[in-house]
Amino acid sequence: MISLSPIDLTITSLLVVLLAITSWRIGAGVERKLLWAALRTTLQLLLIGWVLKALFTQSNPLWIALMASMMLLIAGREVMSRQQHSFRGIWGYGMGTLAMFVSSFSIALIALQFIIRPDPWYQPQYAIPLLGMLLGNTMNGISLGLDRLTSSAWQQRHQIEAKLMLGFTACEAMETLRKDAIRVGMIPMINAMAAAGVISLPGMMTGQILAGAPPMEAVKYQILIMFLITAGTGFGTMVAISAGASRLFDERERLRLDRLKRRSD
Amino acid sequence: MEKIAKLTLKELSTLHLRPTSFSVERAEIVTLNGPSGAGKSLLLRSICDLIEHQGDVMLNNISVRTIAAHQWRKDVGMLAAESYWWHERMGDHFDSISNAELSQLGLSPKLLKQHTSECSTGERQRLALLRLLQNQPQVLLLDEPTSGLDQGSARQVEALILDYIKDNQAAAIWVSHDPEQCRRVATRHFQIENGLIQEAAL
Repeated sequence: MISLSPIDLTITSLLVVLLAITSWRIGAGVERKLLWAALRTTLQLLLIGWVLKALFTQSNPLWIALMASMMLLIAGREVMSRQQHSFRGIWGYGMGTLAMFVSSFSIALIALQFIIRPDPWYQPQYAIPLLGMLLGNTMNGISLGLDRLTSSAWQQRHQIEAKLMLGFTACEAMETLRKDAIRVGMIPMINAMAAAGVISLPGMMTGQILAGAPPMEAVKYQILIMFLITAGTGFGTMVAISAGASRLFDERERLRLDRLKRRSD
Repeated sequence: MEKIAKLTLKELSTLHLRPTSFSVERAEIVTLNGPSGAGKSLLLRSICDLIEHQGDVMLNNISVRTIAAHQWRKDVGMLAAESYWWHERMGDHFDSISNAELSQLGLSPKLLKQHTSECSTGERQRLALLRLLQNQPQVLLLDEPTSGLDQGSARQVEALILDYIKDNQAAAIWVSHDPEQCRRVATRHFQIENGLIQEAAL
């Protein structure tokens, strides 16, 4: 593997600086955002690199559990902040977080225990990147799906109430919205699988190949990861959507949009 | 044996509606009138349990609390002032509907093939009534069922509702701004003002 020096990265960063200058000259107005994001990515990745380095040198499951919980909590916050209408109170944060926990953690556990089988099974070199990829993608699916669910409930509130007035159950009244939200949450993963290798070379596989792994090994890992991510995203989205859809109604099957708050933007 | 009323309200109240108690008997139509914002729709919505409320509502002496909400709304059906549709074509909202039912309200069977947005407000309003009656509700909560209809269509709607009430021994609460209409259909009349409901002469 060819190691990169700080000078290599500095040279590359000049490209981003050049882009920022161009953006400023033509008045595109994204130069501040661009530089800030570039700075963030550098600091965040260096920080995580340092944490992983420390984590890999020891195998205390407690530290790994702590790391995993931190990743989950940050992903939960991200899901909430991406909602146009999020649930009030603990539900706004809890729903996405719980759905991610249920799907990502159980899929990661299955993969580590029965498929990859490192020794010990929680070996951080495998557990943390795997969980990270699962959480990152599940987070996308859940936030897209929940956002679709709540915003379409808001838009179609009159139709939903009209259905309730005709004696539809809450479940029946939400059927099309629920299906639509699940579909929206799962489409990105389905598209990614369909495009993999033809239109795009998946990042993980590319990384392994750059690091010197034999292409077929990298491909096998990539397929494994794709399947795990798809299952995690799909089940996670379904859990979040059914929790969200039932939270939109009370025990008397009344539509309760007052349980949502509009994000002030 | 004591006679059991079809629909009974016991101290029913919401945030903007003062406690109200009254009964509607079988085959009875209670009309309700009052300025906009007085709480007419609020009353109907709380009777069909679409909004939170205090007090109790009973159908044939059985409390709303003991019946699943969706079943209650099948029996106590509400016709909102504005109708909403969710399928592409009008006809998809009906299990089966005869041309006779449509022509009773002066509607053409062709409407069923149309996109919901292609129907006029008046057509949709009348179709919403037919959609509601398909559930065979025992109580009708009607929020201005003829507003915006011409005199002829309004009379057809009135006739259909009156027939339904009589044939099914149903009960109705009918919000109407038309005193003439109230006189034609009402057995009793209520007036609502600032959330307070009182029986009034027509």
